[in-house]
Amino acid sequence: MHPTDTRDPQYYHRVVDCQWACPAHTNVPEYIRLIADGKYTESYMLNRESNVFPGILGRTCDRPCEPACRRTRIEDEPVAICRLKRVAADLRGDIDHLLPKAAAEKNGKRVALIGAGPASLTVANDLVPLGYHCTIFEALPKPGGLMRTNIPSFRLPVEVLEEEMDMILDMGVEVHYNHRIDSMKELLDEGDFDAFFIGTGAPKGKELNIPGRTEGSANIHIGIEWLESIHFEHIDSVGERVLVIGVGNTAMDCCRSSKRLGGKDIKVMARKSRPYFKASPWELEDAEAEEVEILIDHSPQCFVIEDGRLKGMVFDLVEWEENETGRLVSTKHGETFIPADDVLLAIGQDNAFPWVERDIGIEFGEWDMPVVDRATFMTTREGVFTGGDAAWGPENIIWAVEHGHQAAVSIHNYCQGIPITDRPPYGMNLVSTKMGIHEWRYSNDYDPVLRTEMRYADLEKRLSDMKIEAELGFDLKETVREVERCLNCDIQTDFTGNLCIECDACIDVCPVTCLTITHNGEEDDLRQRLMAPADNMDQAIFASESLPQTGRIMVKDEDLCIHCGLCAERCPTAAWDMMQSDLLIPYAGHESWPKTAITASTTLV
Amino acid sequence: MSYIKKPVARHPKLKVNSLGLTVRDYEGSMSTLCAGCGHDGVTAALIQAFFELEVEPHRLAKLSGIGCSSKTPSYFVSEAHGFNAVHGRMPSVAAGANAAHRDLLYVGISGDGDSLSIGLGQFCHAIRRNVNMLYILENNGVYGLTKGQFSASADIGSTSKGGVVNRQGPIDPVNTALSLGATFVARSFSGDKDQLVPIMKSGLRHNGFAFVDVISPCVTFNDHQGSTKSYAHTRSHMHEVIETDFVPLRSEITTEYSEGSMQSVTMHDGSVVKLHKVAGEYDPTDRRAVLDYLVDVGSRGEIATGLLYLEEAGDDMHGFENTVDEPLVEIPFADLCPGSKALEEVQKEWW
Ligand SMILES: Cc1cc2nc3c(=O)[nH]c(=O)nc-3n(C[C@H](O)[C@H](O)[C@H](O)COP(=O)(O)OP(=O)(O)OC[C@H]3O[C@@H](n4cnc5c(N)ncnc54)[C@H](O)[C@@H]3O)c2cc1C
Ligand SMILES: Cc1ncc(C[n+]2csc(CCOP(=O)(O)OP(=O)(O)O)c2C)c(N)n1
Ligand code: SF4
Ligand code: SF4
Ligand code: SF4
Ligand SMILES: [Mg+2]
Repeated sequence: MHPTDTRDPQYYHRVVDCQWACPAHTNVPEYIRLIADGKYTESYMLNRESNVFPGILGRTCDRPCEPACRRTRIEDEPVAICRLKRVAADLRGDIDHLLPKAAAEKNGKRVALIGAGPASLTVANDLVPLGYHCTIFEALPKPGGLMRTNIPSFRLPVEVLEEEMDMILDMGVEVHYNHRIDSMKELLDEGDFDAFFIGTGAPKGKELNIPGRTEGSANIHIGIEWLESIHFEHIDSVGERVLVIGVGNTAMDCCRSSKRLGGKDIKVMARKSRPYFKASPWELEDAEAEEVEILIDHSPQCFVIEDGRLKGMVFDLVEWEENETGRLVSTKHGETFIPADDVLLAIGQDNAFPWVERDIGIEFGEWDMPVVDRATFMTTREGVFTGGDAAWGPENIIWAVEHGHQAAVSIHNYCQGIPITDRPPYGMNLVSTKMGIHEWRYSNDYDPVLRTEMRYADLEKRLSDMKIEAELGFDLKETVREVERCLNCDIQTDFTGNLCIECDACIDVCPVTCLTITHNGEEDDLRQRLMAPADNMDQAIFASESLPQTGRIMVKDEDLCIHCGLCAERCPTAAWDMMQSDLLIPYAGHESWPKTAITASTTLV
Repeated sequence: MSYIKKPVARHPKLKVNSLGLTVRDYEGSMSTLCAGCGHDGVTAALIQAFFELEVEPHRLAKLSGIGCSSKTPSYFVSEAHGFNAVHGRMPSVAAGANAAHRDLLYVGISGDGDSLSIGLGQFCHAIRRNVNMLYILENNGVYGLTKGQFSASADIGSTSKGGVVNRQGPIDPVNTALSLGATFVARSFSGDKDQLVPIMKSGLRHNGFAFVDVISPCVTFNDHQGSTKSYAHTRSHMHEVIETDFVPLRSEITTEYSEGSMQSVTMHDGSVVKLHKVAGEYDPTDRRAVLDYLVDVGSRGEIATGLLYLEEAGDDMHGFENTVDEPLVEIPFADLCPGSKALEEVQKEWW
C-alpha cells in the first residue's frame, strides 16, 4: 500500500462515521462535546451552520447518522445523536446576534424560489447574506412545506418550526403566499430573475386503484392530504375504526394522528413482514406504544361499500418467498374482511410537474422526472436549479437542506460568472488535543453505559391533544449520561512514522486490536495479516511510510478504534498524537479552503 | 502512567480458546511503567502465550522480586496467584512454592539487577535445583526502577544516559545458565513477539527450569546511542540462531523446514518444539558446542537469539528429591506430619 494521505480532508472525514453519513456533514462529535461543556448556544450554532434547522431536525431527522455510528460496531446501539441535537436547541440562549444577516447592500441579482419547503429555505439562508434578493412563491398560506403540513405537531411543535424558519425569512426574504406557480414558462418569460430554484417537493400521494375506491371516496383519504387538512384544521375527527394502508413513516403519522382525533381501533395494514417495513424503527416503536396494531401479510383486494358508504376492506392473506432471482413473490392462502369507518392511504408520494411546460428547455426523463445534474443541481435549462424532494423524489429534510446548500453554491457561481462545476473544495483543520502528558482536551475514557431511553408524555394525556409533544427530550442527567457515549471519532490518531521506534507499546495497549506493524503489501493481503482481520470494507485502513528501524509499516484498521488515546499515551516518542480533525465545509460565497490540512501540532511536552 | 483503565470495549471477532477466554481475559491492570518500556512488550507476549496455551488463570502462579521488571506480574492474568518477593529473593520463594504445590504453573519475572546482582546466588541455585518454572529475565542493562545505574549485564564500553562509560565486564545470564547446567536456555527481544511467544510457550511446557533472557529496552534510561540494550542496537545486532515453532499436543505440524536444518524435541506433556537452525552447523542439544558458538558470536558484538539450548529428559527438583506425585498441599496434614510418635520411630534408625 502507498502511505495514506491523511492530509486529504476526506480521509479523516470518513473516520467520523456520523458526519460522513450525514447528508449535510454535521459536525456531530464537536456539537456533542459542546453540549457536554454546557455550551448549548455554541452547539446550536455549529449545528445550524450545516443543517440549518437544529430544533426541527433534533425532533424529526431521519437520522442516517445513527445506524452509521461507530458505537453500533462496539455495542449495539448508536449514540442518541438526534436527541442530543434537540438538547442543544431546547437549552440554547439568545442567538439573535449570532445569526447570519442580509448583506448591507444587495448585489443586484434576483433569485426566484418556488415552494417554501426546507430546500428553498436553505437556498435563501445561504444567498441572502451574500446580497441576493430572494423571492419565494408558495402555493399555501404558510411556509414550511411538508415539515409544516405533514409532520404532526405532536412530533414537531409549530412554535419550534416557525422560530427556525423565521430566522431565515426575517433576514428579508420576499415571500408570496397563496401564490401557486402554474406556468414555469411565464415565470421565466417575465425576465425578473437571474436564477430559479424549484423546491416544490413531491406533492402527490399515491392512489390505490382497487374496486370500491371511487364509491367510498368520502371515507377514503390520501394520507398526506389528510395530514395537511389536519394541520389547517379542516379535519378534526376520524371514525372509530381506521385502517392505514402502508407501513412507511407517513403511515405512522397517519395512525398516530388518528389516535388523537378520536380513533379507537387503529390498524396499520402491511403487505409484507417487519423486516421489509419502510418506517424507521423508532417510529414503529412509538406507534405501537400508542396501541396501534400492525398487521402483516395483508394485501388490499377491494373496498367494501354498502348503501354508498364504506364498510371496510377485503384483504388477501399472503405469504412471501424469494424466487430464484432473489425477488420476493407472494402466494395467496386466504382472504379476510376487516371493517372500517375510514381508510388512510399511505403508500408513497409522487412528483408532479404539470406546471412545467415541456418545451422550455427543461428536459424530463424517466418517471417523468426532470433531468438534473447530481453535482450542480442544474436542470437542462441554464439558470434553473432544483433540489429537495423535487429533484429525485421523496427523501427527507436533511437531504433537502444539503441539496439547498449545493444549489446555492451553483446559483452563486452562475450569477457571478464562475463555472458551476467549479465546486469549492473541502478543507480541514488538524489540531493536537494534548494538554499534558496523559491529558487530552476531550474525555477519552470509554463509558460502557447503554443508550439512554427517551421518556414520553403520559399516554392518555398526549392522545387527548394533537399539540402535546410526545417526546419529553433529555433532562440534564440523561444528557450528561448520553454525551459520554460518544467516542469522539473526530479526535484522530495521527501518526508520524519517522518517530516510531517499533516498541509495540501502542499495539499492546489498544483495547480493540486495531494496530499492527508488519511488512507492506497490497491492501487486500494486508487486511488479512493484521492483529485482527480488517473485514469491514466500508472502513479504511491506514498505512504509514516505512518505519526507520525495520522498514516495516504501521497499519491501523479504522473500523473499531474507540479514540481512547491510549496508543498516544503509551507511545514513548509521540509518534501517535490525538488530533482533532475539523472538516471545513464550503458554502456559497465562503472563501474556499486550502485542499490540504492546516495543521497545528503544538504539543506541550 | 495513564489515568484511564484500559477500556472494556474489545474487538468483536477476537478468537476464543477452549476455556471460552479471549486474549483480553489474560490481561492484568494497566501498566504503570514508562510508555514504550520493553517490559510491557514482554507482558504482552506472555499474555498471548497463556491465551494460546489455554492456561487456566487459577492454575498459574506469578512471582517476582523488585524492579520495574518485577512489577510486571500485576499487568497480566489478574486472576492468577502472585507473590512479590524481596529484591533478588524470588527464586527461593518460587522453589518453596513449587515444592509445596508442584501442579501449578510457575512464572518468575526478574530483572538484570534483581537476578545478576543482589539475587545472583538465588538465581544460580534455582538453576541447579532445576525448579520447574518459566524464569524470565527482563534485561535492560540498568537498574530502571532506581533511575538508570549500570547493572551487571551492561557491556564494556556502553555508556549511561549521562555519557559515563562502563568499564566492568558483564555477567552474561545465558552463559551463566548454560554453565550451571540449565536445561532450557533462550534469548530473545521484547520487540520481536514472533520469536518470543513460541519460546515462552515452549518454556511453559518444559519440565524444569526454563530460562529466557529477554533484551527489554529501558526507554527512559538506556535507549540512547551509546547503549547496547537499546531498540536500535538490538535490532541491528540481533542474530537469530534458531527459529522456534511450538506445536501443541495433538495438533498438526504445519510449518515446513528443509531436511537436516530441523530438530524436534518432544516435551514432557507430548507437545513438540521444532527447532529450525538458521545458522548452519548448530546443535541446540550439545551444551559445549552451544557455549563455544555463543562466545564466538558474542566476540563479534552480535546478540545470538532463539531457543539456544534444550534438554528435556532430565529430572527437575521433585525428581531429585524423589517427592510424591501429589502436590504436598493436597496431602492431609496428619499424613504430611504424622506427629512425634512417628518421628521417634524414624529416628530409631540412627540410634
Ligand atoms: C407524513 C410525512 C412525514 C414526514 N416526516 C419526516 C420526518 O419526520 N423527518 C424528515 O426528515 N422528513 C420527513 N418527511 C419528508 C420531508 O418532509 C420532506 O422530504 C421535505 O419536507 C422535502 O422538502 P422540500 O423542500 O423538497 O419540499 P416540501 O417540503 O414538499 O415543500 C414544497 C413546497 O412547495 C410548495 N409548492 C408545490 N408546488 C408548488 C407550486 N407549483 N407553486 C408554488 N408552491 C408550490 C408546497 O406547497 C410546499 O410548501 C415526511 C414526509 C411526510 C409526507
Ligand atoms: C534489598 C534492596 N536493595 C536495593 C534496593 C533498590 N533497588 C530497587 S530496584 C533495584 C534494581 C532493579 O533493577 P532490575 O532488576 O534490573 O530491574 P529494572 O527496574 O531495570 O527492570 C534496586 C537496586 C531494594 N529495593 N532492595
Ligand atoms: S461515536 Fe460519536 S462521533 Fe462516533 S459516530 Fe457515534 S456519534 Fe459520531
Ligand atoms: S485510540 Fe489508539 S489505542 Fe485507542 S482504540 Fe484507537 S488505535 Fe486503539
Ligand atoms: S508506541 Fe510509538 S514508538 Fe512504540 S511502536 Fe507504537 S508508535 Fe512506534
Ligand atoms: Mg534492569
